[in-house]
Amino acid sequence: MTELKTLVSGAKQAPGYGLQKPSAKEESQQRTSWYLVSPLVMVLGFFLVLPIITIVIVSFWDYNDYNFFPAFVFENYAYLLTSKVTLATYLKTFKFMVLVWIFCATIGFTIAYFLAFHVRTLPMQITLFLICTVPFWTSNIIRMISWIPFLGRNGLANSALISTGVIDQPLDWLLFSDFAVVLAFVHLYCLFMVVPVFNTMMRIDKSLIEAARDAGASNLQILTNVIIPLTKPGIMIGSIFVVTLVMGDFITVRFMSGGQSASVGRVISNEIALLQYPAAAASAVVLLITVLIMIAIMMRFVDIRKEL
Amino acid sequence: MSALELIATTKTYGDIIAVDAIDHKFASGTYSCLLGPSGCGKSSTLRMIAGHETVTSGDIILGGTNVTDLPPAARGTAMMFQNYALFPHLSVIDNVAFSQKMQGIEKTKRRARAMELLELVDMQEYAERIPDQLSGGQQQRVALARALITEPSILLLDEPLSALDPFLRIKMRTELKKLQRSLGISFIHVTHSQDEALALADEIIVMNNAVIEQSGSPSEVFNRPNSEFVAKFIGGHNVIQTDTGKIAVRTDRVKIQKSKSKGAISAAIQDVEFLGSTVNVTLNSDPKGEMVVSVSDNVFYENPMEIGETAFLSWNKKDAHKLAE
Repeated sequence: MTELKTLVSGAKQAPGYGLQKPSAKEESQQRTSWYLVSPLVMVLGFFLVLPIITIVIVSFWDYNDYNFFPAFVFENYAYLLTSKVTLATYLKTFKFMVLVWIFCATIGFTIAYFLAFHVRTLPMQITLFLICTVPFWTSNIIRMISWIPFLGRNGLANSALISTGVIDQPLDWLLFSDFAVVLAFVHLYCLFMVVPVFNTMMRIDKSLIEAARDAGASNLQILTNVIIPLTKPGIMIGSIFVVTLVMGDFITVRFMSGGQSASVGRVISNEIALLQYPAAAASAVVLLITVLIMIAIMMRFVDIRKEL
Repeated sequence: MSALELIATTKTYGDIIAVDAIDHKFASGTYSCLLGPSGCGKSSTLRMIAGHETVTSGDIILGGTNVTDLPPAARGTAMMFQNYALFPHLSVIDNVAFSQKMQGIEKTKRRARAMELLELVDMQEYAERIPDQLSGGQQQRVALARALITEPSILLLDEPLSALDPFLRIKMRTELKKLQRSLGISFIHVTHSQDEALALADEIIVMNNAVIEQSGSPSEVFNRPNSEFVAKFIGGHNVIQTDTGKIAVRTDRVKIQKSKSKGAISAAIQDVEFLGSTVNVTLNSDPKGEMVVSVSDNVFYENPMEIGETAFLSWNKKDAHKLAE
């Protein structure tokens, strides 16, 4: 802001004047600006930039069965990028991500739509919204574990289905399967879609919907021509949450698949467990780049800055 | 051309009566203004006509059809919203073409039609802009074009000028009236500004407390207000308590003199306001209360009066109108 002011006042002055040394006052203003940004710069530098640099450095180190040591080798990347396992795990992780994204987007949009457009009073909207957050009062692990008695071979779901005569044999794909992984992901991360979508929807001027109705739009046409286009930034923010969370997850996949499914996060976690830190670091760098590319692609579609 | 008739049209929200069984017939091809203070029911009335508010009881007849329960787009009305309600994600031309898109008219055809309407409101150069890049006056023209593309027989305007600055307001006011004349359709315009209503309307409908207080041509309403509320709301009137009830006298029909004449009442000058072509003198006369006299500036300054002086007020009998209690 100060810089901007300096620029503007400089532009107004006669040519050549702006080249003169800044006055003492301007200098002190600039110094104040630096002081103001320094805490944030330090926090981000220490907790974000530094760890990432460390990981990048370690990813070029070498390791053997019991130790790892400084070096500058490309072996970690070479192995990672040529291995068939990498491709398979990435494909598996993408599959989870796409499924979870589809379900979270559909369910999250529907919940947000209901809250924003069908619940009429603000207190009721806030109440229902808070109810949506109730699952977040417990930890991820507990929420995952609580599915086990429900989905297990002799769990509630199977016994209910058998007793109503829908099935004869218990369904064994309910737990420790890809189905269970996706279900748990959707359960865990749906709210990350609801919140930004609800937030954008609340900002849609209700008279726009009346204007659309006045122009003869049906409810479906209002949804596709007015509400969805205007909610896009919220959907995109929610999608970034869901995508990054699913791409980086390792615990949900391990728990809910019973150790039978792989994901990129699990690979990294296994490598760490085997003390193959340089390999884990290389995997992490590749994952980070993949996720950043995905976010960059998503940002191409929607201008999120309008939301901020 | 189709006339619009309200028959005992009522709107209640729970226990609150917003519009209380009003009856009115809007002639076709006229410019009508619903005038009243906020909360008088004028907006609810407009929204019921538009179909954006359900009618609690009573009927709305448009061109011989009962449209009370029809959806907005099936009525032959179009509404222009107070904040214009342009779709922020669509360009100006797509905003105007919106209703045709909903009908499934193909793109080149609906865009051509939208362009015609943009030409009508002189906005064709801005066709590819988005609404955020337009000024308030320009947004209003786009909103107008978007409402008119449906070829309504009645255009409903909800306080269309209130978001504009005073200069633009007067300019748009003239354009609205010109547009209504050239299109020959009915405009129903909600406003709380009596100036706007007097300048625009063929018929003014003054509303207060959920009912119509008075309706008629601007000169009728202004010259013969039938209640104290109308006289005060339309402005330019003194309401005076006499032995036979309340009367209204226009402020510019009251004579103010320094010397006492027969029948004149004395009053102390409290304030003198210079308004350009006229001067408003506020006086206090016991027991009749505060009165205002408008004097043309040249008359006033020939014989100026000071605050605190006593003056004498009189008026012709024919200028006094009896008000209903």
